[in-house]
Amino acid sequence: MYHRFDAVIVGAGGAGLMAAAQLAGKVNVAVISKLYPTRSHTGAAQGGIGAALGNLEEDHWIWHMFDTVKGGDYLVDQDAAEVLAREAIDAVYELEHMGLPFNRTPDGRIDQRRFGGHTRNFGEGPVRRACYAADRTGHMILQTLYQQGIKHQVQYFNEMMMLDLLLTDDGVCTGVVALDILTGEIHVFHAKAVLLATGGFGRIFKVTSNALSLTGDGCAIAFRRGLPLEDMEFFQFHPTGIYKMGILLSEACRGEGGILRNGKGERFMEKYAPTLLDLAPRDMVSRSIYLEIRQGLGIDGKDYVHLDLTHLPAEVIENKLPDITDFVRTYMGLDPVTDLIPIQPTAHYAMGGIPTDVDGRVTIDENNTVLPGLYAAGECACVSVHGANRLGTNSLVDLIVFGRRAGRHMLQFIAENDLHPLPKEPDFRARAEVSALLDGDGTENAAAIRADLQEAMFTHAGVFRTAEGLLQLKDQLAELRHRYSRVGLRDKSRNFNMDLVETIETGYLLDVAEAVAAGALAREESRGGHFREDFPERDDANWLKHTLVYRTSGGLEMRYKPVVVTRFEPKERKY
Amino acid sequence: MQVHLRIQRYNPEVDAKPYFAEYDVEVEPTDRVLDALNLVKWYHDGTLTYRRSCAHGVCGSDAMRINGRNRLACKLLIRDVGTNITIEPLIGFRIIRDLVVDMEPFFEAYKSVLPFLINDDPAPVGERLQSPEDRQRFDDTTKCILCACCTSSCPITWTNDEFVGPAAIVNAHRFIYDSRDQAAAERLAILNQKSGVWRCRTVFNCTEACPRGIQVTRAIEEVKRSLLTGDVS
Ligand SMILES: Cc1cc2nc3c(=O)[nH]c(=O)nc-3n(C[C@H](O)[C@H](O)[C@H](O)COP(=O)(O)OP(=O)(O)OC[C@H]3O[C@@H](n4cnc5c(N)ncnc54)[C@H](O)[C@@H]3O)c2cc1C
Ligand code: SF4
Ligand code: SF4
Ligand code: FES
Repeated sequence: MYHRFDAVIVGAGGAGLMAAAQLAGKVNVAVISKLYPTRSHTGAAQGGIGAALGNLEEDHWIWHMFDTVKGGDYLVDQDAAEVLAREAIDAVYELEHMGLPFNRTPDGRIDQRRFGGHTRNFGEGPVRRACYAADRTGHMILQTLYQQGIKHQVQYFNEMMMLDLLLTDDGVCTGVVALDILTGEIHVFHAKAVLLATGGFGRIFKVTSNALSLTGDGCAIAFRRGLPLEDMEFFQFHPTGIYKMGILLSEACRGEGGILRNGKGERFMEKYAPTLLDLAPRDMVSRSIYLEIRQGLGIDGKDYVHLDLTHLPAEVIENKLPDITDFVRTYMGLDPVTDLIPIQPTAHYAMGGIPTDVDGRVTIDENNTVLPGLYAAGECACVSVHGANRLGTNSLVDLIVFGRRAGRHMLQFIAENDLHPLPKEPDFRARAEVSALLDGDGTENAAAIRADLQEAMFTHAGVFRTAEGLLQLKDQLAELRHRYSRVGLRDKSRNFNMDLVETIETGYLLDVAEAVAAGALAREESRGGHFREDFPERDDANWLKHTLVYRTSGGLEMRYKPVVVTRFEPKERKY
Repeated sequence: MQVHLRIQRYNPEVDAKPYFAEYDVEVEPTDRVLDALNLVKWYHDGTLTYRRSCAHGVCGSDAMRINGRNRLACKLLIRDVGTNITIEPLIGFRIIRDLVVDMEPFFEAYKSVLPFLINDDPAPVGERLQSPEDRQRFDDTTKCILCACCTSSCPITWTNDEFVGPAAIVNAHRFIYDSRDQAAAERLAILNQKSGVWRCRTVFNCTEACPRGIQVTRAIEEVKRSLLTGDVS
């Protein structure tokens, strides 16, 4: 089926819906999503959205910008971080005006809490900057934006999965091709402007806080189409995932006063981050946990430590962390009011992604050349405001600030440009991929390939990395790709074929995992979320630069582009 | 441990009518029912079809009937449900395939209650002020994840296509009692129609079914009271 729109937004999480809110009612816009919008993983975000409102104590956007740059281990593009920190304030008010039910201070303003790495006066001590709605901030953002879409009659195509991106030979984006999961039909969406907002890819790892659907589709499809991916080696492991399951227990637990303890009951963060303690940035806390475990200081010598909330008043736990309390009760049978909670680092957030400028326009090389008509925002994009390590609450800010900027820029682009003709046989590749699977007779099981991939990535590209491990990983991924070339479906139906969906997603995971592994092997230094045991120091002389990885016929190719430094010269990162 | 699953299957492309398929899988007592479904799908029968995403009870994808009760498969542990598990799709909705049902009528009912903030005053430069008490007034109903466990458990919706159902009323409640909203009267008028709150017979099934612990029946009662008294505080 053929559709024509001014704008097509792929992904209905916070980034996609915030962009849609700018376009709705002004141009003809479609939002396509493989999930119902309210099922998007933005709804899982718990702790808060950072903005220097200063409702409880003095705060300034420039402090927020500094924390973002330092938290990102100076790999952040500072022009973008400035936009993020400045516009966060207005964007949060915009959400409030749309109806978002934030928690309130006694005088009726938006309440704010502490979060890791957010400080007053350039690192002096923690500051209350995270605006929140209990521990369901993401849920409220997603609901509020979806409600606005209903109000403004946005056209949603739900359970519609993008399979391909349409680019003309002269490098203009003209639309996307998608699979209607319900019927198995292929749809072509012809548009002047396309926004990719497909979220993260935590499912390349075995233990993750990410939804089963977070398989890096947008990144992988762009990559297959010859576009670069930026800084893919930087992946954040959040310190407090429920042991073995990976379900997230928000940093808000520590923001409200929670403490991490090792097997001896010691508050071990005193050793690693004497000023910010348990609220040091996530990469440092996750590494500290593993260092404790390696010294045999895990609980009973095992591979986990405890999150201790028992000293907090029961009302704080019940009222400010109600969902987390529910998760701990449901999934562990423990009560956070009285019990210590077993936790381990969990794969959480992709700092890297599709490179864009501050207006969400996708860029394709080290000179930031723009690809006309194509935009990206949210976790699938790399602006880069998170650099080598994202601060808590800054992803939600990223979605809202850059989703909004992308939407606004698209409006202007649509006004100024004509619709480009589609390439010939636009759906050829997508049809070929689907029919190869439906009609093929491969025997390899996608689920088994995926499980092996997740295990290999967790072992070799997790919190600690070495050249040896990454080389081994490279071989394992080549073997998995070989197996994938012989993958076979067990379900050959057309309608609602989730075997087909999951098999295609497994292919995306492979692409993304290769990009992560290649970037990690090439980068011979340690910075933020990327820690090489064989190169444990940050190396600004050689590595203060962004990685761009391309897929070429000869294999993966690396290029590099400079980091934008405006206000803050790189310094050693101490907390 | 081994569990025995009886799962209702139906693929309208090939099956004349729904039937039950049986599977035995090895799981841990602390696994979720969703983990058991995934094991079946990934390693035993790739044709088994259901929706899922977050796997920890916050996205609302995997509502289904498990041993006769509406639950999220990802929020129910094996140790809490036993070793014989019967799984069926939500009732009251058209089956698309296996455990996947048609959610469109559910979302249409949701949309019919104007589920968005309506306030025509120009917005201030900063936030609109709201006291913590005013914010607390509608806190419970902000938690809804639109999973349909409640609506599908309501005996009135089984027999009456018109009833908007508890989930839509919960979402109307969320705005009616928000001090920043100005359209309570419009929403109350919608819920006063014959498809609205008066259909509800206060059976409490919905409250029991809600995986978010929302006091659904109480929310409906509050709306009824406001309709009778005209008071929306
Ligand atoms: C448990 C958890 C807690 C978090 N807490 C916080 C927090 O407190 N503060 C914070 O700042 N950040 C937090 N984060 C991070 C933040 O929530 C995410 O980075 C952010 O929500 C991503 O939003 P998004 O809009 O980019 O994508 P998502 O919300 O993930 O949405 C992706 C969308 O893309 C669609 N999609 C994907 N592939 C396709 C395809 N092929 N075709 C069509 N559609 C597709 C999906 O259907 C979905 O609608 C948290 C993350 C997790 C996992
Ligand atoms: S209380 Fe009302 S809405 Fe809820 S199940 Fe009973 S009749 Fe249905
Ligand atoms: S009220 Fe509860 S059961 Fe009903 S849709 Fe909302 S979350 Fe689900
Ligand atoms: S998979 Fe999200 S609620 Fe169960």
